[in-house]
Amino acid sequence: MPAISLAKAPQPASTNPAQIRNFCIIAHIDHGKSTLADRMLGITEVVEARNMRAQYLDRMDIERERGITIKSQAVRLPWRSSLDGGEYILNMIDTPGHVDFTYEVSRSLAACEGAVLLVDCAQGIEAQTLANLYLAMENNLTIIPVLNKIDLPNAQPEKFAAELARLIGCQPEDCLRVSGKTGDGVADLLDQIVAQIPAPVGDPDAPARALIFDSVYDAYRGVVTYVRVVDGHLSPREQIQMFSTGVGHEALEVGVISPEPLAGKGLGVGEVGYLITGVKDVRQSRVGDTITNYNNPTKTALAGYKDPKPMVFSGLFPLDGADFPILREALDKLQLNDAALVYEPESSAALGFGFRCGFLGLLHMEIVRERLEREHKLNLISTAPNVVYNVTLDDGKSVRVTNPSEFPDGKVAAVFEPIVKSTILAPSEYIGTIMELCQDRRGVLLGMDYISEDRVEIRYDLPLAEIVFDFFDQLKSRTKGYASLDYEEKGEAEGNLVKVDILLQGEAVDAFSAIVHRDKAYAYGVMMTGKLRELIPRQQFEVPIQAAIGARIIARESIRAIRKDVLAKCYGGDISRKRKLLEKQKEGKKRMKMVGRVEVPQEAFVAALATDADIEQIKAARKAGQ
Amino acid sequence: MLSFYVHIPYCIKRCGYCDFNTYTPTELQNGATLEIVSNDYIDAVLRELDAAPKDEVPTIFFGGGTPSLLPADDLGRVITAIKARNELAPDCEITLEANPDSVTAEKLAQYLEVGFNRISFGMQSAKPHVLAVLDRTHNPANVEKAISMARAAGFKSISVDLIYGTPGESLNDWRETVNAALALDIDHISAYALIVETGTKLAAQIKRGDLTMPNDDLMADMYLLVDQMCEEAGLTWYELSNWSKPEHECRHNIAYWQNKNWWGLGPGAHSHVDGKRFWNVKHPTTYKQKLFAGESPILDSELLTAEQIKDEAILLGIRMREGLEIALLQPHQLEVLSEYRHNGFVEINEDRVLLTPTGRLIADRIVREITI
Repeated sequence: MPAISLAKAPQPASTNPAQIRNFCIIAHIDHGKSTLADRMLGITEVVEARNMRAQYLDRMDIERERGITIKSQAVRLPWRSSLDGGEYILNMIDTPGHVDFTYEVSRSLAACEGAVLLVDCAQGIEAQTLANLYLAMENNLTIIPVLNKIDLPNAQPEKFAAELARLIGCQPEDCLRVSGKTGDGVADLLDQIVAQIPAPVGDPDAPARALIFDSVYDAYRGVVTYVRVVDGHLSPREQIQMFSTGVGHEALEVGVISPEPLAGKGLGVGEVGYLITGVKDVRQSRVGDTITNYNNPTKTALAGYKDPKPMVFSGLFPLDGADFPILREALDKLQLNDAALVYEPESSAALGFGFRCGFLGLLHMEIVRERLEREHKLNLISTAPNVVYNVTLDDGKSVRVTNPSEFPDGKVAAVFEPIVKSTILAPSEYIGTIMELCQDRRGVLLGMDYISEDRVEIRYDLPLAEIVFDFFDQLKSRTKGYASLDYEEKGEAEGNLVKVDILLQGEAVDAFSAIVHRDKAYAYGVMMTGKLRELIPRQQFEVPIQAAIGARIIARESIRAIRKDVLAKCYGGDISRKRKLLEKQKEGKKRMKMVGRVEVPQEAFVAALATDADIEQIKAARKAGQ
Repeated sequence: MLSFYVHIPYCIKRCGYCDFNTYTPTELQNGATLEIVSNDYIDAVLRELDAAPKDEVPTIFFGGGTPSLLPADDLGRVITAIKARNELAPDCEITLEANPDSVTAEKLAQYLEVGFNRISFGMQSAKPHVLAVLDRTHNPANVEKAISMARAAGFKSISVDLIYGTPGESLNDWRETVNAALALDIDHISAYALIVETGTKLAAQIKRGDLTMPNDDLMADMYLLVDQMCEEAGLTWYELSNWSKPEHECRHNIAYWQNKNWWGLGPGAHSHVDGKRFWNVKHPTTYKQKLFAGESPILDSELLTAEQIKDEAILLGIRMREGLEIALLQPHQLEVLSEYRHNGFVEINEDRVLLTPTGRLIADRIVREITI
């Protein structure tokens, strides 16, 4: 058997770098990465068959349920090559698979010398995989193309082997074929990893330089920091230092994951493992930072560190105002594990007290919200997401706007918005419809290439604000789910943007304000006033609903005064029934918000701001509660 | 003083909109006739009567169901029994709810003989297409006949019940109905907006999309129309859904609205005695079984708190011509009401708050705002 028992395998801190191979797997959601990883754990016997469970490495419920990996992990796998009979240590570094976590992906890639490019041979490569592949190629990683799911009846290995070969410049027959499900070809893949991927190179005598490629908060241990040692050595009980901050910590524990944590004597050149310092907040141990020795620090950090920058902002408000402290506590807790999450208290005239939160992207936002609701039993209203604008005033001053309510009222000279470079992969029959969508969203076509006979890569510059607003849903529905999207920041550009306010009885309701392109202001105004007319119950007076840019009204609706709200009959048993109804309504009243003199049910806010997915969720919750 | 309500839980047919506690004979017993299912019903009612206080009785109201399905002698037994144990006030009002189809001149004379002095006919509408949607089987022409027979027999106070807002009913249909009712020179009109009760055939028809309820604006216009027409005909508004000639207000119903003491006899009937509300088991069979076994038919009760009594006084009082005493209200409640006054929904005079016709249409909302 090519597996080697852990005890007999080369040990951490004393493994010759020549015996080490560090690799990651680049794959799209549901292309079978987790299943392949499971198979690797089984075949190398680091997990006994009886302890095996599906998606072994995905820790959070959300990861397992959604089939996506949010946080990366690194597993040490001993392996005897059947090609040369040598003993090796394979470090498999798991990478997050979504566009929002590109930066984390890039750090995972930087910890490796090679990458397995895993593609479902029934579906072909997807945009995000392509983006990560390019990232890996830029990092000079050795790419091993692998077609997965060859056991599927609708597999098209020839077609997609040709596609991969064209993308990475190899021969179609160089693509390995595996089935994570049956285990076919997996041992061969491990041998090829040993054969093709270069061993790490570093100076064992230099001051330590270790790259942090992930940082996870654990309730019992504090922050667990995942590192790849480039030079030198990290030992337990030693003082280490974070290069970016200069702060020193004691390495309480240094170890490897195999796939449960094993504390050891340290980590040497080329090794991958974890360390625990007792810090409680992942922001003190940031992904991309370099760890060095406190007493003998390096002078040059490893390249590539940057602060995660929130790209999308949204207000989160507890449905029940009394839950505000719980929300604060929940965010504090979540931030321990999510250095990219930022938030500050916000108060809305309409929604009460909440937080304005910044996220890496839409998925990040969704995951945070889902975790808050699920793990902390909160019911939240989230306002429509928006991006960050830089507004230049006539007097030359510049204002950063993360919330439409901060948009300056005075004379605005220019508004700058974030632009992203987006890549869309889709079957060629959808070129027309995709271009139509992108044009409609103010896109600028950069180019288009066929990646195979019937699949194209289309590149557009798009304002991020347009992507944030249901672009992905539209793309999916217009292409029957076949198109995939990836994007990366590309600076900012001036846009003809205005703030549209929504006024109830002449009073602006902050929660409904939006920053939109001038050409779309009217459509937004009509949409929102129409929606509110349906959602707000009739009041004792007529309520005008207006959409306005500054003082100029661009759309109006009105809710006519209420005419009938009475039950005609009130005899005998009706009396207690009526009183009981009243008592029930007294409780419900707490869920009404007063906007000026207008009574707006909380549901109206939720429905006006929510996405379709939110509404489905609310409906499901109501159904469950009945 | 103690008013009595007597529930007669039988109908020949269930109307599609009705969710009252009433049953057809076959619903109660397969293949049974009304005689069979009702034969010992009055016995049960008389047993329940034994538990009631022996205060003087200002009003008795026989409702249902269809009380006029039972012979005058049966109903007369109840009146006689009440009279024998409680004294009847000299001007005691005794009302019979009647279906225009189920009365004859002879029967009407018998009802008068056993003590009834007021009769209320379920007219609902003068328009056949509206009656059809409501599932009412009577011929509109029978209403006129029944009323003239009642007059001839000697009833001094005659009322009709009307329903508006039936699917398919236009404002003009409703105008014709009100005109037809007023043309009968009746003394009292109750006009109710149709309520779609869950579980009824009507609710199912609406859910399926076979019928569509009129919008609130049309309902409101219908209300304002009947109010105006009644007032012009000399029937003065005195409670949300009731209009009468002077001295013909239904004193029994006023007892409900003024939170007086009243006792409901029969299955599902509610009672209110000195701040306590209680109600009977719902099914006629269970009701009879309990009483014949010597048990109380009371299903449950509640003792009202001071706040509940106040809420009830507000929600009932505001529906009436006399309105609410200002003394009953807190300053912040008056503040809310002054906004409604500003918008023409209420009038506030020296010591009372009164609803205008448009205000009556949103009475529940106003009550919510001042009590919550």
